[in-house]
Amino acid sequence: MLEEVGTTTEGDLIINMGPQHPSTHGVLHLIITVRGETIRNVEPHLGYIHRSIEKMCESLSYRQFIYVTSRMDYLSSHINNHGCALAVEKGLQLEIPPRAKVIRVLMDELTRLASHQLWWGAMAMDVGALTPFFHAFREREMINSIMEETCGARLTMNYMVPGGVMMDLHPNFQKRTKEFIAFFKTKIDEYDELVTNNVIFQNRMQNVGRISKEDAISFGCSGPVARAAGVSCDVRKWYPYEIYDQLKFEEILETAGDSYARYMVRVREMRQSMSIIEQLMDNIPEGEFQAKTKMVLKLPKGEFFSRVETARGTFGVYIVSEGGTTPYRIKFRSPGFSNLSALNHMAKGYKIGDLVAIMGSLDLVIPDIDR
Amino acid sequence: MWSIEGITNIVHVWLNQQFNPTIALLLEFSIVGFLVINFFAVLGLVLVFMERKVSAYMQVRLGPNRVGYKGMLQTAADTLKLLLKEGLTPNGADKFLFNLAPYVVMISAMLLMAPIAFAKNWQMWDMNIGVLYVASISSVSVIGILMAGWASNNKYSLLGAMRSGAQIVSYELSAGLSIIAIVILTGSLQLSTIIESQQNGWWIFKGHIPAIIAFVIFLIAATAETNRAPFDMAEAESELTAGFHTEYSGMKFALFFLAEYANIFIVCAIASTLFLGGWMPFHIGNWEAFNHIMDYIPSIIWFFGKVFFLIFVIMWFRWTFPRLRIDQLLNLEWKYLLPIGMINVLFVTLMAIMGWHF
Repeated sequence: MLEEVGTTTEGDLIINMGPQHPSTHGVLHLIITVRGETIRNVEPHLGYIHRSIEKMCESLSYRQFIYVTSRMDYLSSHINNHGCALAVEKGLQLEIPPRAKVIRVLMDELTRLASHQLWWGAMAMDVGALTPFFHAFREREMINSIMEETCGARLTMNYMVPGGVMMDLHPNFQKRTKEFIAFFKTKIDEYDELVTNNVIFQNRMQNVGRISKEDAISFGCSGPVARAAGVSCDVRKWYPYEIYDQLKFEEILETAGDSYARYMVRVREMRQSMSIIEQLMDNIPEGEFQAKTKMVLKLPKGEFFSRVETARGTFGVYIVSEGGTTPYRIKFRSPGFSNLSALNHMAKGYKIGDLVAIMGSLDLVIPDIDR
Repeated sequence: MWSIEGITNIVHVWLNQQFNPTIALLLEFSIVGFLVINFFAVLGLVLVFMERKVSAYMQVRLGPNRVGYKGMLQTAADTLKLLLKEGLTPNGADKFLFNLAPYVVMISAMLLMAPIAFAKNWQMWDMNIGVLYVASISSVSVIGILMAGWASNNKYSLLGAMRSGAQIVSYELSAGLSIIAIVILTGSLQLSTIIESQQNGWWIFKGHIPAIIAFVIFLIAATAETNRAPFDMAEAESELTAGFHTEYSGMKFALFFLAEYANIFIVCAIASTLFLGGWMPFHIGNWEAFNHIMDYIPSIIWFFGKVFFLIFVIMWFRWTFPRLRIDQLLNLEWKYLLPIGMINVLFVTLMAIMGWHF
């Protein structure tokens, strides 16, 4: 057991990084053991933002519990809601109208873009460049206003409901999204000029925080973290939901497994998301945006599981139903938790500055880890 | 050309008439000291404001725009706030060193103001070892930073101070070597002689490629010595929260902050003195008319124009580049800058012996 303060018996310095620290992105508490500047051990401490969301969900109805999940990974709240809605729909054996499917995919991809943009800014800030953060927020703001028009919210959308989406798209949606895509296409090249091709940035990221394919699998990593190590794990490809099987997009894979590979996976994913949005933008089918459902949803007795690909990785929803109006037990599989568990493995032997860069490249959202 | 020599002479003569020479000298010292301190305060305000506006411009923001005309009084308001704040001394800290450190940093920055020629005949102390003085006093500030880091009794501060120590000790070599290049070309350590040697052209133009290399190395080393991004190892906000001044608050923090900006000003002033001709106007060979027009611009404007251009470049660095890692930082110095600087000095020596420069 490590002491909270002081040094280890070997004379290594123990530093408490967080829960209040500029680059732990929230209330993550890391107890790091350093010899000089070199990291010997990283021990994440969780629980500072635990709200027992899973337990809370047990007393909420199948319509209500979706709203709580927006507060988990707040940067991909749409996708969390989507996963929950899919699980409930599986239980109800509900087929949702094609328009709702397309809207859901559009919203998912916009969310992925917004999340990756914020990550990109934060990543650059973690390695010491402050300017990209503001550039990223400029673009993210456009997505937020698109969301605000359609969903009425900017962060915790609560737009997906069992059976479809809560309301129809705003009339401006197509126009503004097209504007955004045209704008962002020029800006993403700027991202590359400003950060990706910067020599200092590349030196900071390359060959840092390596994880092998086998280790990535055994730590249960998913999303860009695993794909950067060469693990093909995109839920959209392997277990397509909604209309992902009809869309043309690549699963981005890198082989290096270092921070730079994780960075590149996300930047390239942004281009893929844009291409998905472009494919769908002019092909939104007319019709209902929500299937007819009963006022009070009751799932049959049984176990239902669904998974979606959030901006951070595989998000799983596991519902155990006893046949009532509320779930008997709910378990979420959040991508951040497994990705964080690989941090110690990745950061050992590197410098303190690298630890921050590695954490940035993991794209941790603490409320997602501490549910 | 406009000069303040007349005013200083009048003051000097008048003081000597009124008092005996010792008291007159003491009074002159106090006047100059008073002016330097005030100059520092104004400089801090201007540079902080400038940094905020430059960063805002680069970050697609507006920057401060509420207090005063276009936010010009924002830094004054901030300073007032810092003055009124309690200067906390943490419980476990070494109280004496903790409170001494900001003054060491600040005073070393102030001392550096002495040999700088702000305009023609406007130099506080034109000593014959001006360059050596600058090189030696500028390394005193690291003692203040080490003191602050050690006395704070905070692990982040300690790491920041250690980084700062390693960094400044290394980069001083490069800075020194590029200064030596100019000293070799000029043949003098006196700053006023160095400036006068650039009457018919600045060293960056006269010294061919070696002078440009020396200038670039000096700029990099100066950025590192002032602990500015991309070399802000000692602060490293995203890693060490605030590095060596994590525990400082109120005016003691403000002194570190002010010293940082004063140091930027000084390294830029030294760079412009050595490479860009100090207050010397821009002259081109035999273009008499052009040179004559350039002479009409007051020397103080030439000096501050050059200095603020360099300050802008250093700010530009800060808001563009990511931070280096500590080992990369030392690699850059010991594996690249130092060997290049040494070879460069050889070339400069050859050039000076053969008289290849203009």
